[in-house]
Amino acid sequence: MSDLPSLSVAEIRAGLDSRKFSAVELAQACLAKADKLRSLNCFTELTPEHALKEAAAADALLAGGKSAPLLGVPLGIKDVICTKGVRTTAGSKMLANFIPPYDATVVRRLKTAGAISIGKLNMDEFAMGSSNENSAFGPARNPWNPEYVPGGSSGGSAAAVAARICPLSLGTDTGGSIRQPAAFCGIVGLKPTYGRVSRYGVIAYASSLDQVGGFAHNVRDCALVTQAICGEDPNDATSSPRPVPSFEKALSRGVKGLRIGIPKEYFVAGLSPEVSEATQKAISVLQDLGATTVEISLPHTDAAVSVYYILAPAEASSNLARYDGIRYGHRAEGQLDLKTLYSKSRSEGFGKEVQRRILVGTYVLSAGYFDAFYVKAQRVRSLILKDFTDAFSGSCDVIVAPTTPTPPFRIGEKASDPLQMYLNDIFTIPVNLAGLPGMVVPCGATASGLPIGLQLIGKHWDEESLFATAAAYEQATEWHKRTPSMAG
Amino acid sequence: MEFETVIGLEVHVQLSTQSKMFCGASAAYGGEPNEYIDPVTLGLPGALPVANRRAVEFAIMLGLATSSEIRRFNRFSRKHYFYPDLPKGYQISQFDEPICERGSVEFYMGETKRMIGLKRIHMEEDAGKNIHDSRTQSSLVDLNRAGVPLLEIVSEPELRSPAEAAAYLRSIRQLVRYLGVSDGNMEEGSLRCDANISLRPVGQLKFGTRTEIKNLNSFKFVERALEYEVARQMALLKNGQPIVQETLLFDSASGVTRPMRSKEESSDYRYFPDPDLPPVVVEESWVREVESKLPKLPSKWINDLVSEYGLSLYDATVLTGEKAAVEFFNDVVSACSNPKAACNWVTSELFGALNRAGIELEKSPVSAGALGDLIKVVDSGELSGKMAKAVFEEMFSSGKGAAAVIADKGLKQISDDDSILAIIRREFDANEKQLAGYLAGNERLHGFFVGQVMKATEGAANPKKVNDLIRQEAAQRKG
Repeated sequence: MSDLPSLSVAEIRAGLDSRKFSAVELAQACLAKADKLRSLNCFTELTPEHALKEAAAADALLAGGKSAPLLGVPLGIKDVICTKGVRTTAGSKMLANFIPPYDATVVRRLKTAGAISIGKLNMDEFAMGSSNENSAFGPARNPWNPEYVPGGSSGGSAAAVAARICPLSLGTDTGGSIRQPAAFCGIVGLKPTYGRVSRYGVIAYASSLDQVGGFAHNVRDCALVTQAICGEDPNDATSSPRPVPSFEKALSRGVKGLRIGIPKEYFVAGLSPEVSEATQKAISVLQDLGATTVEISLPHTDAAVSVYYILAPAEASSNLARYDGIRYGHRAEGQLDLKTLYSKSRSEGFGKEVQRRILVGTYVLSAGYFDAFYVKAQRVRSLILKDFTDAFSGSCDVIVAPTTPTPPFRIGEKASDPLQMYLNDIFTIPVNLAGLPGMVVPCGATASGLPIGLQLIGKHWDEESLFATAAAYEQATEWHKRTPSMAG
Repeated sequence: MEFETVIGLEVHVQLSTQSKMFCGASAAYGGEPNEYIDPVTLGLPGALPVANRRAVEFAIMLGLATSSEIRRFNRFSRKHYFYPDLPKGYQISQFDEPICERGSVEFYMGETKRMIGLKRIHMEEDAGKNIHDSRTQSSLVDLNRAGVPLLEIVSEPELRSPAEAAAYLRSIRQLVRYLGVSDGNMEEGSLRCDANISLRPVGQLKFGTRTEIKNLNSFKFVERALEYEVARQMALLKNGQPIVQETLLFDSASGVTRPMRSKEESSDYRYFPDPDLPPVVVEESWVREVESKLPKLPSKWINDLVSEYGLSLYDATVLTGEKAAVEFFNDVVSACSNPKAACNWVTSELFGALNRAGIELEKSPVSAGALGDLIKVVDSGELSGKMAKAVFEEMFSSGKGAAAVIADKGLKQISDDDSILAIIRREFDANEKQLAGYLAGNERLHGFFVGQVMKATEGAANPKKVNDLIRQEAAQRKG
């Protein structure tokens, strides 16, 4: 039998439905592979008991003749998403022992769909980071080369799927945290339109930017997991009541006549030649498939990183105020007065980068600075949104761009320079600020074999065009078939 | 120098919604500690708020009842501070864009109508409670109250005396109870009050330095605390000493105000719009719909009772104290068409009986219709006032209607001339000596015969008729 964890969801579906293997066997194989590849540090926790119980339940349904797209399909969940009865740490010492009494809406939906969670995935603490080096549980590693970062903050989610431990995983994307690791690990990832997926039960970093999305080996699998988690949730006032279209249907739409915008601001000095070349090649593939291309301008791209590093920390400083050591989470030891209890618990529980962002956020919300920073940043944010809506209303249907300025970097390479690290998100951040859907598909490799990902950006609520474009591209290329050698 | 008192109140009203402001947990009062909690109340990681539409509707109701301008786009903001009873580290409130602005509240001080301006009414969530357990030297947190919806009502500094401040607060309580948006119960904390107070020389426009008295939890304390503070500030000013702007607490045991333990530094709440909550849009159609369901308000009732029913302002004020009372009264009037009698019966007999029995008006054994019937019988002359009271007592204790009680007890007044005359003749014949005296002009014996007839009928005869018919019969016998 072939390596079960390497199978696509379609292959798993066929195998389970024809009883070639059981959901329990599949889950066991995924758990065994996760164990074998422990050195990648993808998981903060494996949950074999839960997984095997759920898999047995799925087998019972299968035996009864039931089938559903994700029934019995194993996956991993980023550890920022609450799972009832299963420790959820957000990659932080602060929540090292936090066991949620409730499931996030996306988890509930996946359970309903019959998917089997095998464990919680490593991440940058509170989703703040671009390399997974900010995890309190140590960095996850890139399966293509363990000396390299898998990207972040959803590093574990991307690494686990790339290493073929499981076919699917959930991540979150606030400034690129799905797309950048998908690019760094050579897999498919989608950040849906803001409001498409419920954030209820997703530990908040920056509420106006956070969005849950899926990782997969291929575009179709990504469509399936995205389908399962989308849709309005009465528990999230920012989730949209819009009906969710069938993403699978969009896969066969093709790109003939599709107008693709190429933002000139994304091809500037500092863009690595290998990334630039891979992106250009991908664009010509799309042209060959019948798409037309047009150069567009997104003039406020430059300001995006600055705007992001005002607004995201502002929201984070507020969202993380609840971690005070009173009701749950890390509490400093000893008989302390209230103020000391707060400051000690928070100083001990939060890592350096989280503390940095809380301080920045507290500062920009303070009296006397609020207008100069927060209010101004909101104004520029609306200009960035306008850049995109202008481009989409006039000249193009989908925007194609590099995902990151550089290919994956070495662990430790940028850890000492937060500003360098922040600039890694320069091409992904504008999409979050505008609330647009963004997708990444593998489109190349560096000379040393590290993956490069192509970023597709769509109109609000138009994930369908992203799936159509990505599927057409995938069909015409072989990049998605490349797997890291350790994936077996 | 004469000084004028300037008072403004900030009143917190807890709304009587089923669930909390931003989640489905119960908003009930009491309960075991931490019984009414859920992930949102606890501020658990990942929990999100969703605005309670009913609470917003209550805010619109109070806004309309106070002639406020109602805001269309209602943003919620986060107000940050750390405290164990505040689970998220911030309170969701409204900052610079409250749902209601520029309203007013009307009430009477004696015969004088007062109208006090409202700066704003805004929506927010309540905090929980910290309880210090001296036995274990630890602090406990009860989050049942955390997240319960509040309206904060901020008056203009237009109140001119402690008594007026108390009257204003009573009128707020009356209003929220009429609207059914809150029980206004100060003991249970569903109505809470902070007062700002300053003095200024009469005629001066500029306000003096103010102090703020926090957490006044009864009408009596509001008045007493402000009276104390007026006297304290007055004494300072008359001695040429400055007033220190500070926050005070009223110690009800000693009757004095004391500075609150000063916070370590002035707080910066770092307000910013809550990104979890899209603005609540109050469409004009929603406002109209709420308006159409508003009950008749106390000020309108008082107007109508005085101008249409001819009641005194005092009676009108007493009757409108509670919505249930004035509505009951109105139903009595509908049944008997005699507002003044209805007012007397409701305010003295009924309220008295309810009070003695410890029963609420809503559970009155005598319905408005039954009381109206009783008044009608009295008005028709079929029942004396004294008998009517006896009938009422019986109605109250048995729950029976007026007609049933009258029939059961045979209490009906004897008013027909023939029956009364027959009794008079019998009494005249049986008391020849007295009759002779009476016919000879001894007026005192008139009373004797009235008494005899009433005794013979066990008080059921119409006294006026008895009176007249005795004279008529005597005149005939004199012949």
